[in-house]
Amino acid sequence: MEKLKYALFTGCTAKQSTPEQMMSTMAVANKLGIELVELTEASCCGASHLQDYDDFLSLVLNARNIAYAEKHGLTMVTICNTCQLNTAMTKHRLDNNEELKAKVNEKLAEVGLEYKGTSPVTHFLYAIIDDFGLDKLKEMVVTPLSQFNIAPFYGCHNIRPSELQNETHKSAENPYNPTSLDDLIIACGGMNVDYDEKNKCCGFHAELQSPHTAAALTGNAIAGAMDNNADWMVTPCPLCHLKLDTQADHASEAIGREVELPVLHMQQMVGLALGCTPAELGLKHHVTKVDFV
Amino acid sequence: MSTEHKITTQNVNFKVFRFNADEDYLPYYEDYNMEVTSEEVVLDILNRIKWDHDGSFSYRRSCRHGICGACAIKVNGRSTLACKESMNDMIDLFGNELTIEPLSKKRAIKDMIIDKADFWDKHAAVQPYLVAEIDEAPTSENLVSPEEENALDDADLCIQCGACHYACPAVEHNEDFFGPAAFAAAYRFSADVRDHSETRLADVNEEKQGVWDCVKCFECAEACPKEINPIGKITKLHQMAFQEGIAKNNVAVRHAVGFKKSIVKNGVLDEGGLVLYSEGPAIVKHIPVALKMFSKGKIVPPWGITKSENLDEIKKLVKSSSTAKF
Repeated sequence: MEKLKYALFTGCTAKQSTPEQMMSTMAVANKLGIELVELTEASCCGASHLQDYDDFLSLVLNARNIAYAEKHGLTMVTICNTCQLNTAMTKHRLDNNEELKAKVNEKLAEVGLEYKGTSPVTHFLYAIIDDFGLDKLKEMVVTPLSQFNIAPFYGCHNIRPSELQNETHKSAENPYNPTSLDDLIIACGGMNVDYDEKNKCCGFHAELQSPHTAAALTGNAIAGAMDNNADWMVTPCPLCHLKLDTQADHASEAIGREVELPVLHMQQMVGLALGCTPAELGLKHHVTKVDFV
Repeated sequence: MSTEHKITTQNVNFKVFRFNADEDYLPYYEDYNMEVTSEEVVLDILNRIKWDHDGSFSYRRSCRHGICGACAIKVNGRSTLACKESMNDMIDLFGNELTIEPLSKKRAIKDMIIDKADFWDKHAAVQPYLVAEIDEAPTSENLVSPEEENALDDADLCIQCGACHYACPAVEHNEDFFGPAAFAAAYRFSADVRDHSETRLADVNEEKQGVWDCVKCFECAEACPKEINPIGKITKLHQMAFQEGIAKNNVAVRHAVGFKKSIVKNGVLDEGGLVLYSEGPAIVKHIPVALKMFSKGKIVPPWGITKSENLDEIKKLVKSSSTAKF
């Protein structure tokens, strides 16, 4: 197989509140022989909030990010569900509306850039599943996670709206019964835990304005995983990770029971199975201690 | 017919939610095993349960044409209009073990029938009608151009089935939250050129019940049988608040605006700066979590942020492409 190469849109959290996500992404890519060219010019995607204020500005900024991936002639890979949503949504809208695309390109031309629509945008989870392949990953596992019950937490913006995700990813996901993360757990040798909240919302985007709703959703998710005997949770989204990892106290308060579970980034789980060290995966950066390694 | 259409059958086990609020202390699930043909929709199964198995089984149904909105229920957690949803599609999605439940288990009255009062109250609260000065003796038609009609963005197709409302986690946890269907209705009338309501947009922007508490999970977009995309209407109501100059200076609004402030300064987000700008002095409540995060190397100070390369491009684009003011 030809070496896989992508343009990496890190998003903002990987460089700030989830440094372990950046470390584990690079460690796993290295093990798998995937080359990631970091888009250091990229801006914030607007995190599904900027468009509430200024939709056109959000489109222009996201189109600029994609334009840099296009300059490299590479597929863009994201490592955050919300970056994935905003970027893929921008791409969808521009690729299906010539007039809008022309308006955006008029702005991008001011800085010598053009959005062409030539680079697909995918999440690293789907790059591993669709492009690298789980069979190949399985063969590379050196430390199977066989003693662990692992609860997948999918994160809304990788599975909804399904219309967008189906157009973006080869392995079309049923948002009511997603399988990608379960398949990844199994490929790493772990036992996948089924529970009602695995495809539900973590509450992240309403944390500031609606703290009770946000904390209750986080609490329900952790409680659902705990009640189904999960040893830990795994997520492809750093925003879900922030909620589940750092907000267990608020979550417990909101649902009236103590809940807490270690939560790994999808990359950290794969990294463990591939024999990366805890230091390489940044496990010390978790608020809820990862005590099983 | 030129193409041969073959009817197939499959064996399906249905786990059906049963509850009678007058008699039962708790709900329970009854199993029904049936041969299901490829021609059937979910409503056919509800009918067969009632007609062939248990005459007391209760559900709402009326038009059977996907327009009255009465028969919305959940199959394996997925909101659906029973009369519109093909059984074949359900089996393709979920296999041969299907769970049939009402839209909201906690609002169940009898089997699939729920108390939808909260839905109707919230719907009524957004002025779901045109507020306009009507000339009682018009001399010409009150024409709406195709472009003006397009602005409704299909919001007028809503059949008030409640599928999105009871799929919404914010509705579940915040009893004041109007919910996606009410917001879609608010948008439908606020976007109508003939409408002159002076209160609707402000009402749906209130902290307690308003659009800002949307958790952005896209459950409503997924649930809507009419593909109205309610969250898209919520986004438009946000934008209208800025356009009309009624966006309040509160944490939710500053949170949306704060992204632009951060982007123009750093390209990337300044996470701490965003929370500080959004919360103002109320940021103190985040200190306990922030300290824990700091001790784990999860907080980067403003001076430690790696700014985007070619930041001048971003600054230029923010200047030339901004369309909203706060």
